[in-house]
Amino acid sequence: MSEVPADLQYTKTHEWVRTLPDGTVEIGITDHAQHALGDLVFVEVPEGGRTLAVGDPCAVVESVKAASDVYSPVAGEVTMGNPQLASQPEAVNSDPYGAGWLMRMRPVKGQTSALMSAADYRELLQTEGD
Amino acid sequence: MMGRRTPLFELHQELGARIVDFGGWDMPVQYGSQIGEHHVVRRAAGVFDVSHMCVVDLHGERTRAFLAALVANDVGKLKQPGKALYSCMLNESGGVIDDLIVYFLAEDSFRVVVNAGTRDKDLEWTRAHAREFDVKVVERTDLAMLAVQGPDARTKAARLLSSSSASAALALQPFHGAQIDEWFIARTGYTGEDGFELMLPATTAVRVWRELNALGVASCGLGARDTLRLEAGMNLYGNDMDETTHPFESGLGWTVAMEPRERRFVGRAALERVLSAAASGQPGQRRLVGLILEDRGVLRSHQKVVVPGAAQGSGEITSGTFSPTLERSIALARIPIAHAEQVQVDIRGKLLNARVVKPPFVRFGKPVMSNWTSKNPEKP
Repeated sequence: MSEVPADLQYTKTHEWVRTLPDGTVEIGITDHAQHALGDLVFVEVPEGGRTLAVGDPCAVVESVKAASDVYSPVAGEVTMGNPQLASQPEAVNSDPYGAGWLMRMRPVKGQTSALMSAADYRELLQTEGD
Repeated sequence: MMGRRTPLFELHQELGARIVDFGGWDMPVQYGSQIGEHHVVRRAAGVFDVSHMCVVDLHGERTRAFLAALVANDVGKLKQPGKALYSCMLNESGGVIDDLIVYFLAEDSFRVVVNAGTRDKDLEWTRAHAREFDVKVVERTDLAMLAVQGPDARTKAARLLSSSSASAALALQPFHGAQIDEWFIARTGYTGEDGFELMLPATTAVRVWRELNALGVASCGLGARDTLRLEAGMNLYGNDMDETTHPFESGLGWTVAMEPRERRFVGRAALERVLSAAASGQPGQRRLVGLILEDRGVLRSHQKVVVPGAAQGSGEITSGTFSPTLERSIALARIPIAHAEQVQVDIRGKLLNARVVKPPFVRFGKPVMSNWTSKNPEKP
């Protein structure tokens, strides 16, 4: 069973969202997602200033096998992409909820209320046979 | 939907493999880290289940004449029993029906190994042509096939044999095979490393796999097999060539024997037309090349390749991946013939720079230096 930290929010497409004290959010892909993708060898993150709607493709994570889109869990403006991932894409595998974060955003107000709780996401993984 | 399964399927599950569909077969793509499995084959030894591949024995006095007509390489080169030959089997238009290995066992007995995904059409085509030569076509579904690959592979595998059999196995020359006890052992592979491909009774496959694991030979999945073969510059049927492409535009000209001229193999007439068109400089000529991506990103099949100076448009990646050995992306691509050392590849709308090289990229654990050290394209 993959790790699902209780203090984060989630999407059905396996992104996680951490709300920071200043109201901005940090976004990444879940442990389940990184495991399913396998060894990541290339990660493309958005640049600061980009405006995203919910569900917009905002990052690309590429394993040896395939490229996968990451979708924005919330609407808002990107404040920064994780600059470390250009040289260390494997951080998404080894530390998906920490050093492997993909981007930070300033969300439109109220955006995070539609996200899944950790308990709901765990249930989703169970139905998917994790 | 459940696919076909090899005799090792339950063991793969027990070993924690992720199973994927591969040409209608449920096969292990990886057991742990795909990159880890790749490196263990370059540095030590790994074992792959390739039992999905189709082993076909051909029997009859006219088997050699039959194969001379069936495949594009010349089985006349097979003089010593045990010698193997890599070849394409072509259709009348010169398109590749499949690539295969032929083993010469005896004058009335040859063994052919073809791809899993092409099994049905290969058997149908082979049987249809075998009739006029009175050759019997026998599919060996009773055999499993393990590829043991890597610098330590042969010595590890030989430890499962008696000492006299081990000596015989270790004496096999590259691209030769022999029946040794209950194994048919071939010094062949699809990784660019030394090693054996073992064809053995299906009922013994699980035991042999476990014994190899106990000797430190790592279980490896088809994911690593693909990155290894691409680093080794080896084609994958269905990606790099198929029935719509001929061997000369698939990097496989070296496998076509146009001499002796009197050998009338299927597809020969079409290939002669291709060669005369090329000799007279007709447009539309393409070739398969290696690419090394100089920018960050990963080359993937079907990405467009822009060739400067080529009047005839663009080319296409046929196989692409991240190379764990070179730590950058590599690919095979079919491009218009032009004196281009640098091309650009369209990756999600961005044009990234790639260098044209001659495969292989990696051989016997080492980068092929001429391909990846020089940043400067050769001057024409």
